[in-house]
Amino acid sequence: MNKKILMTGNEAFAKGALDAGCRFYAGYPITPQNELPAYMALNMPEAGGVFIQAESEISAVNMVFGASAAGVRSMTSSSSPGISLKQEGISYLAGAELPSVIINVMRAGPGLGNIWPSQSDYFQATRSAGHGDSHCIVLAPSTVQESYDIMFLAFDLADKYRNPVMILGDGLLGQMMEPVLFTNHQLSVAAGGPATGDQKPETKLWALTGCKGRKRNIAKSFYLREGDLEKLNILLQKKYQEIQEKEERFEGVNLDNAELVLVGYGTMARIAKSAMQRLREENYNIGLIRPITLWPFPKKVFERYATGDKRLIFLAVEMSYGQMVDDVKLSLNGRFPVDFIGRSGGGVVSEEDIIAKVKGLLSTKKRNE
Amino acid sequence: MNKSFVRPKSLVDVSTHYCPGCGHGIAHRLVAEVVDELDIREKVIGVTPIGCAVVAYDYWDFDCSEAAHGRALAVATAIKRVRPENIVFTYQGDGDLAAIGTNETIHAANRGENLTVVFINNAIYGMTGGQMAPTTLLKQKTATTPLGREIKYHGYPLKISEMLAVLQGVKYIERVSLQSPQAVLNAKKALKHAFENQINNVGFSLVEILSPCPTYWGMSPRQAMDWVRDVMSKEFPVGRIK
Ligand SMILES: Cc1ncc(C[n+]2csc(CCOP(=O)(O)OP(=O)(O)O)c2C)c(N)n1
Repeated sequence: MNKKILMTGNEAFAKGALDAGCRFYAGYPITPQNELPAYMALNMPEAGGVFIQAESEISAVNMVFGASAAGVRSMTSSSSPGISLKQEGISYLAGAELPSVIINVMRAGPGLGNIWPSQSDYFQATRSAGHGDSHCIVLAPSTVQESYDIMFLAFDLADKYRNPVMILGDGLLGQMMEPVLFTNHQLSVAAGGPATGDQKPETKLWALTGCKGRKRNIAKSFYLREGDLEKLNILLQKKYQEIQEKEERFEGVNLDNAELVLVGYGTMARIAKSAMQRLREENYNIGLIRPITLWPFPKKVFERYATGDKRLIFLAVEMSYGQMVDDVKLSLNGRFPVDFIGRSGGGVVSEEDIIAKVKGLLSTKKRNE
Repeated sequence: MNKSFVRPKSLVDVSTHYCPGCGHGIAHRLVAEVVDELDIREKVIGVTPIGCAVVAYDYWDFDCSEAAHGRALAVATAIKRVRPENIVFTYQGDGDLAAIGTNETIHAANRGENLTVVFINNAIYGMTGGQMAPTTLLKQKTATTPLGREIKYHGYPLKISEMLAVLQGVKYIERVSLQSPQAVLNAKKALKHAFENQINNVGFSLVEILSPCPTYWGMSPRQAMDWVRDVMSKEFPVGRIK
C-alpha cells in the first residue's frame, strides 16, 4: 500500500509490531501510551494473535515471558512507573534468553510524576535490563514513521540475539500524529517471511511446544550448581559484546565541517535538528548525532572525532537532567568538552533554548582562542 | 513377572534434592503418573514456581518453563493462549500462589483460563528457610513467627481455595492431602480430574495438596505426616470445594 495514513506514534508502534509478526501482546493501561494497547485490542485478533489486558505490568511482562517461551513474537508496552514494575521480568527474559520487545513511552518522574513527556528513564533502560548483569538492546525512534519502521528491526534483533529489546519513546512521540507509509518491509524469516539466499528458515528449536519427537525444552534463568551461572554470564557477556560490535546505529548530519555537534535522541533530536538548521542559516557550523541504538551506544562515531585533531564542542540535549550525556562523555573519553542542556518534569527544551546555548558556547570558545 | 510399580515415563531417573519426608517428591510423581496415564507427555508444558520446586523441570521429562516468583499463572496463561493445543499446568507453593502471586492467581482464575493448577500447601516457605506463609497455622512457629502465628499480628491462615471457589471462571477445586497411602490415591484422582478438565476444555481447575515439610516444621517425616492429618487438615478440610 502506497498511501500515507495519519496516525499517532503509539498506533504506529502497534501497527509496526503487527506487521513485523508480533502475535502476542499483554499490557496494563497507563498514559501516555494507551493508544497502543487499544490498537492491539482492535487489530490483534484479525492478525490471528492474542491480546490480553493484564492485571498489572508485572503480570503483563511475565505473560510475554510465557508467550515468548512458547516461540511466539511477543511484546508489552508501558510508561515509566509501569516499566519499573516490569524490571524483574525483563531480567528474567534476559536470563532465559527469550526474544521480546518492551516499549517505554516515557513520562516525567520521579514517583507518579506526571504524564508529560520525558527522557528520564535512559539510565534505567541502558545500564541493565533489570537486576543482574544483563542488557536490553535499546532503540530510540524520533518520528512516527520511524516508530513504525523500527518495530521490524526490534523483533529481528530480539530473535537474532534471543534478547529483550526495549524501545524508548516519549509522551510527545507517542501522542503526536504524522503520516506514515507502511513501507513494504521484507519480513524476516523469523517473522514468517520467505527464506531467501543463504538464509535458512529459522525455527525456534528451543521453544516450548511439547516434547514430541525431541528431548524436553526448558525455559529458565536459575542456575544453582556451582559454576553454572558464571558460565551463563560469560556466554551472555560474549553476546552483549557481539551486539556492541555489530549493532550500533545512528544518524549523523553535517558532521564533516561542524565546530559544534548536538547530540540528542528521540523527540529531542527533532528539536535539535530544527535548531541546527536555523543556526546553519546564520552560518554557524553545527552538526548533529542522533543515536538510534542507545544500547549499544554509537561509540564509534564519537571515537572517530576523539582521534582526529579538530577541536570540537559537543552539546547533549535531553528531556532529563543529564543521562545520555554520560555516554557521550564516555565515548569521547575526555578528549573534548561536553556540555549539556536539559529539562524534565513537564518542560521541553526549545529550539530557542538550544540556539542561545550554542551561541553562548561558541562565543566563549572564540574569546578563549 | 510383571512389575506393578515402575518409574513413570514422565519422571527423569535422578534423585531429587528434596529433604527426607518432603511432600514435593510424592506430588511430582503423581503429576508424572497422571501425565503418563492421560498420554499427554508430548504435549504437556509445565510451569514451575520459585520455591523448593523451582527445579521440578529437572525431574519431569517434558517441556517446562520457570516463572518469576508468583507469576506462574501469568506465564501459563500466555503459553496456553498461544498454544491451545498443548496441556499447560502450573505447580506452585503457598507463598508463590497465595502471597506474592495472589493477583495473578485470582485474575487467571477469574478469566477462566483453561489451565490446571497444582497447589502445594505446606504452611511454610521452604526454599527461603521456614518463614511464615499465608497458610501458616495459628500458633505455628516459623522463622518469622518465633512465638507462633498470632491473629493480632499476622491474621488468619489464608484459605485461597475457598476464595477462588466463588469466582465464576473457576470450574473445579479440590483439596487433598498426602497424609496416607489412601490420601495419596485420592490426590491422584483429583489431579487426573483437573487435567481431564483441561483436555475437555472445561476450564480453570485447581488441586490444593496438603503436603509435609518436616525440616521447617521441626518434625520427623512420620510426625509431619501425622501433623497433616491431625492438625493441618482440621484448618484446611480435605474434599471437593467446587
Ligand atoms: C521477587 C522474589 N521475592 C522473594 C524471593 C525469595 N523466595 C524464593 S521462594 C520463596 C517462598 C517459597 O515458599 P512457597 O511458595 O511456599 O514454596 P516452598 O518453597 O515452600 O515449596 C521466596 C520468598 C524470590 N525468589 N523472588
